[in-house]
Amino acid sequence: MEITVNGEKYDVRRGISLFEYISESGYDMARTAVELNKNIVPKSGYKNCILSEYDMLEVVTFVGGG
Amino acid sequence: MKDSEDKDKIQKNNSLNEIPTYNEIYASLCKRHTKAVQDRISSGRVAVVGLGGLGSVIATALARAGVGHLHLIDFDRVDLSNLNRQQYRLCDIGKYKTEALLEILEEINPYLDIKIDSIKIDKCNIKYIFENDNIVCEAFDDAVSKALFVDGFFTYYKSGVLISSSGMAGLGSGNDIITRKINDRFYICGDGKNGLESGQQLFAPHVGICACHQANMVLRLLTGMTGA
Repeated sequence: MEITVNGEKYDVRRGISLFEYISESGYDMARTAVELNKNIVPKSGYKNCILSEYDMLEVVTFVGGG
Repeated sequence: MKDSEDKDKIQKNNSLNEIPTYNEIYASLCKRHTKAVQDRISSGRVAVVGLGGLGSVIATALARAGVGHLHLIDFDRVDLSNLNRQQYRLCDIGKYKTEALLEILEEINPYLDIKIDSIKIDKCNIKYIFENDNIVCEAFDDAVSKALFVDGFFTYYKSGVLISSSGMAGLGSGNDIITRKINDRFYICGDGKNGLESGQQLFAPHVGICACHQANMVLRLLTGMTGA
């Protein structure tokens, strides 16, 4: 099914959880924040968050410095 | 704009070792910003978490603008190595950053309401520490801490705006640093890419550009502008 991540369309399997998507896509989970359909998803909810078709994700990966 | 009358008055006051009054500083800010804008800035309630290269610059910019309520949080002490980009002075080395910065800001505008917390944000205190702040500027220097903070903020607060930061290392073009709006409650400033992980260092002007992007977004929000 199609989802949009950071403005790009991707095809993912139905039933995939946000946790699985982030892990399998190679993001460093400890340095990411995810917005799903305009809401930031708490990390504690990633495993129970099953993605739906046409979901819009923004995945932010932080880098160090400040 | 007539600055000369103000200058005379303040010089007269200084020669008597008096600082300008609340009304004098407020009037001076209103003259610069217009009263309508200043009243909105003065009512702002802004927290700055992390008082290093980003946070000390953000806090100073907001104090100069006259943001009425500042909440400054950092557990660390000033070190000589901080002075390459942070607002501290040689005389501040060894002091808590919160206390040193408070001293500096009070010499800019002693009439601001500035609360300091010399603590580390953790899973417990994050639940309540921002209850009186409408805008929070995340100014940590570590990527994992930044992500954890974003997670905690949106878990425990259902209102308020977070202005975060990522990517300001090196001496790439200043034009690469942007403000990005993720949603109405979440903005990120930086270039998103250049971090300490790449082996690049932190320089005052470049980090300052990111800090001022954050401070600029604060003032935009306070004056009713929500776009990046």
